[in-house]
Amino acid sequence: MREQRAESKEQRAKDTDKKRLGFVLRPVIIALWLALLFLPFRGIKDALILFVTLSILLFIFRALSGYAKTLTEKFNVIRQSVSSGLETVYARPKTPRFVAYLLLLGFILSVPFFAKDYFIDVLILAGIYVILAQGLNVVVGFAGLLNLGFVAFYAIGAYSYALLNTKMGLGFWSALPLSVVLASFSGFLLAVPALRLKGDYLAIVTLGFGEIVRLVLNNWDSVTKGPNGIGGIEPPYLFATPLGGLSYYYYFILAFVALTVFMVRRVYKSRTGRAWVAIREDEIASSSIGINTTAYKLYAFAFGAFWAGAAGALFAAKMQFVSPESFTFMESVLILSMVILGGLGSIPGVILGAVILVILPEMLREIQLYRMLALGSGLVLLMIFRPQGLFRPGRLSRLAGESRYLMGGKGVSFRS
Amino acid sequence: MFVQQVINGLTVGGVYALIALGYTMVYGILELINFAHGEIYMLGAYLGIIFLGFFTAIGLTSYSLPLALALTFVLSIVFCSAYGFTIEKTAYKPLRNASRLSPLISAIGVSIFLQNYVMLTQGATDKVFPHLFEETGFEMQGMTFTYIQIFIIVVSAVLMMLLNLFITKTRMGKAMRAVAQDKTMASLVGINIDTVISVTFVIGSGLAAVAGLMVAMYYGLVNYSIGYIAGIKAFTAAVLGGIGSIPGAMFGGILLGLVESLSSSYISPEYKDAYAFIILIIILFIKPSGLFGKAHEEKV
Repeated sequence: MREQRAESKEQRAKDTDKKRLGFVLRPVIIALWLALLFLPFRGIKDALILFVTLSILLFIFRALSGYAKTLTEKFNVIRQSVSSGLETVYARPKTPRFVAYLLLLGFILSVPFFAKDYFIDVLILAGIYVILAQGLNVVVGFAGLLNLGFVAFYAIGAYSYALLNTKMGLGFWSALPLSVVLASFSGFLLAVPALRLKGDYLAIVTLGFGEIVRLVLNNWDSVTKGPNGIGGIEPPYLFATPLGGLSYYYYFILAFVALTVFMVRRVYKSRTGRAWVAIREDEIASSSIGINTTAYKLYAFAFGAFWAGAAGALFAAKMQFVSPESFTFMESVLILSMVILGGLGSIPGVILGAVILVILPEMLREIQLYRMLALGSGLVLLMIFRPQGLFRPGRLSRLAGESRYLMGGKGVSFRS
Repeated sequence: MFVQQVINGLTVGGVYALIALGYTMVYGILELINFAHGEIYMLGAYLGIIFLGFFTAIGLTSYSLPLALALTFVLSIVFCSAYGFTIEKTAYKPLRNASRLSPLISAIGVSIFLQNYVMLTQGATDKVFPHLFEETGFEMQGMTFTYIQIFIIVVSAVLMMLLNLFITKTRMGKAMRAVAQDKTMASLVGINIDTVISVTFVIGSGLAAVAGLMVAMYYGLVNYSIGYIAGIKAFTAAVLGGIGSIPGAMFGGILLGLVESLSSSYISPEYKDAYAFIILIIILFIKPSGLFGKAHEEKV
């Protein structure tokens, strides 16, 4: 519909000479407007630089977007003819997918043998974020409950392990179940009242919960040592050897990631997972076919928080130090960005999203300062151009076309 | 002590109310929590400092301080309104038919962007509001009231009254109410929805600019991160009064300011920021429609 409108608009514009003028003028006007907004913050010189660069960039963008369509069409034709040609020549055998998977697995397993310590460190962090993001994926992606305070459960997991270890001397393996259960239980506690709310309100309440948890950690000095944080946390022991070394911890995290993905996938494919998706797509319809929506939403919250708690304990054990600084609202947004970038509700997508958003900033160290600027504008652009993220969850595209939750007003909207 | 805290609360509450109005108007029309609204308030504070610095540099402040201040207010309002307008056009308008989730995330993106934009252009350290006038006030029975507090309370009250007049008496105000009630119907009777939405953003951002500038004058310090927490509190105020309701936002803002200042002096100042969240959570559980809001029946 929008495309059609854009096309007819283009057609009309083409006929007039006005278009030629607008073609040059519009980018210049937009650039001038933005440069004016920028002016008070940096002065005339920088505003002029911004104006010139922006007009050039916008002009190039405009020129390219006009050709983009014809270009992609041409490219598609070429690609089709090439692939059909190849198929007839080779009678292409179906590429055994598992070969690709095996190669990937081999690469992941062999990383500690060739990579620098720094890279392994980054990958360990990525692994922790994959677990976290999968947890949030359950809540936001599967069940469709926007949680802006997910970091609270992460913090609860991390602090539980830190306190159980430093104050009570519990080892990782005895503290882990406790921290996970605590996180899960706090998810449940938040969910019981919060689930009476819908959509934006739920998001705000979860945000408030996250902030309250952080403020408590920051101010409850006698237990959490406030902003100083808790140090001297032990790494986990496995067969009486501490997993302090990077490569050991790498495999350890890898095992946890595998466990998380396996479990989340199993639950997603179960009756529970189907119920979540049904609730996400239409709550009223799913309750009318006998799904206990409140109960399933509770499961989603507790199950998501469970993995956040595990990630928290792993984080505390890795860093051997926790402080409230690691659990800010920005962290929640970062985890949410991973889920959204990867594709809400898509398990491989969310893995990819988490890995990208951990590794990319590390690779772009030189422009460290602009990292958050890029994240902010990236979120806006992602929402405008590809709201479904990199991957789309398989179940929907097979059975029900587009998801209303993900794609919005594509179908008929019944919301009054 | 008590009266003193009430005055402090009214001052802060007036500021919250001004920001809350922007939230409530946008929510009333677009059903969007405009996460970036708090950042507009922060921009207002920064722009105030920048323009006042500029006027000091060209010698206008020593020539006539009231004129310089008035010009600063006008320029901050104009720029913040322009920012609000631009944000709506770039980040929200393309998403008008998207799912509920998309604009909210887009708003979070804008908020992060603006925070870092200000941090990069103005530095991460606190900015000091130029010291132009003495912090004077008067004493009454051992309590001090500064003139700036009275200024904030009066300006907020006047602006709220003006806004109320605008909404209830003018043609555009009527159009805004119509769009808030039913967008499709409003467009059928010939109201230009895009214009109404733009006007909403412009007015809301202007009010936030005034709030930011007054806070900068009041506390003397601003930081690029003040927008987030103020935004959340103002949103709380809007929800408290019933989101979408303009008198509700005013009342909610003042109530929140009072509660915050009284509870931080009588209970514990460490959790000053937590009170707003706790109130928000309690309100949403007990009466999600707020004090002045109408209950929303979900239809299939």
